[in-house]
Amino acid sequence: MRCVVREVRVDGVAKRFGDREVLDDVSLHAGPGELVSVIGPSGCGKSTLFGVLAGLVEPDRGTVTVDGGPATGAMFGYMPQKDLLFPWRTVLDNTALGLEIAGVGRREARRRAEPLFEPFGLAGFETSRPSELSGGMRQRAALLRTVVQDRDVLLLDEPFGALDSLTRTGMQEWLEEVRSRFGWTVLLITHDIREAVFLSDRVVVLGPRPARVRAVVEIDLPRPREPASPAAAAREAELLALLRTL
Amino acid sequence: MVPPLVVVAVLVGIWQWAVTAFDVRPQVLPSPLRVVEQGWLFRDALWTNTVPTLQVTAVGFAVSLVVAWVLAVVVDFSPWLRRALLPLFVASQTIPIIAIAPLLIIWFGFGLLPKVVVIALVTFFPVAIGLVEGFSSADREASNLVRSMGAGRWKEFRYLRLPAAMPSFFTSLRIGITYAVTGAVFAEYVGARAGLGIFMNLQKNSFRTDLVLAAVLVTAAISVALFGLTFLVQRLAMPWYAAERRRG
Repeated sequence: MRCVVREVRVDGVAKRFGDREVLDDVSLHAGPGELVSVIGPSGCGKSTLFGVLAGLVEPDRGTVTVDGGPATGAMFGYMPQKDLLFPWRTVLDNTALGLEIAGVGRREARRRAEPLFEPFGLAGFETSRPSELSGGMRQRAALLRTVVQDRDVLLLDEPFGALDSLTRTGMQEWLEEVRSRFGWTVLLITHDIREAVFLSDRVVVLGPRPARVRAVVEIDLPRPREPASPAAAAREAELLALLRTL
Repeated sequence: MVPPLVVVAVLVGIWQWAVTAFDVRPQVLPSPLRVVEQGWLFRDALWTNTVPTLQVTAVGFAVSLVVAWVLAVVVDFSPWLRRALLPLFVASQTIPIIAIAPLLIIWFGFGLLPKVVVIALVTFFPVAIGLVEGFSSADREASNLVRSMGAGRWKEFRYLRLPAAMPSFFTSLRIGITYAVTGAVFAEYVGARAGLGIFMNLQKNSFRTDLVLAAVLVTAAISVALFGLTFLVQRLAMPWYAAERRRG
């Protein structure tokens, strides 16, 4: 996989569906190799923001740039909340889906996805069906399917939201580890303040709909982080207080 | 397989007993034993009439499948055509075949064509609706996912909507194929040179109730065999589905 890391900038993005204003002047920034979390009340338009970035939703106003140039949906690897692994494909063929759609031949697509099975903890499950995987493995397969497309920026929409808390903690630690190894630039939607503090370089707090950026909190704690450390707890309390004022 | 056989055995036993006990004339209701006996005696006639019925069923259902697939795909790609054609699909199902079938003979003669039309009219609707709804059953978020991967409408269809429709297609295929056999027999009953339908009609006219029922038995056997065949094809076409269902 390529090792060039990109930076992404969202500037004044606004979107309304009919008379329902969803995004109102949202701006944020993630530097090369940074992980930036987006948190905010349910239904505030976070997923719509990702839809704009992924090229699924046309914004009314505002711009998205990657490394200073205008961005297209093809620059973003989008991982939705549900794993959406197709039951009619094996795990390997599921992870190769994005490459196949991009026109890469089936054999070549598999060849590129295969080496990632080891670091993603899926070795030995290449020919399994998705239903044979545990919840955590399904999410890892979905993430593998996203990163193997070799897009500039990853968009992870509540990737661990459906997991039990023990599995979720394990997945957060695992994500932190693979991310520091591969150095992806990541935007992450989450409802979990602890997760945001544990993983992020910066947390962007959105207000209720129409979403607008209410605060940006820098998380400048050294890595690897200790979730229960006093410094982390202080950031969590700060974010919680911010969210309560919305 | 055991429970249905037990039920059939019990019913046939009661039938056999009742015919003997009440001394029913075989022109009214022959005993099951007599049906089998006479059927076996007339096996050559039954067989020469079974072959054309199988041919008509195969050709008619094949035509129906092709038409249903083409129209279902067209409807899936064009919202305008969906609005225009879906009501016509339903209308095709409300045509009273019993009134139309004799007219088809007048229009198209005693050949293959009127029978193919009857079978297509009877079976087109369940297959087409199964496909149309199967395509639409694809997860909306999954279509967002494949579009974010760069898929246009055609690739979304190929990678998502088509495979997602397969379970629904095979269900409608099973409904369709059993209707196809009944449709073929019915079309022949109205007018044909050979076939189980016309055989039943002729035997009824000469009060050979036993041979009518023997032909019914053959028809039922064909339907069950074709029904079973769809499971075999499904297993080959989508091996993932059975495993998925086993795991719940």
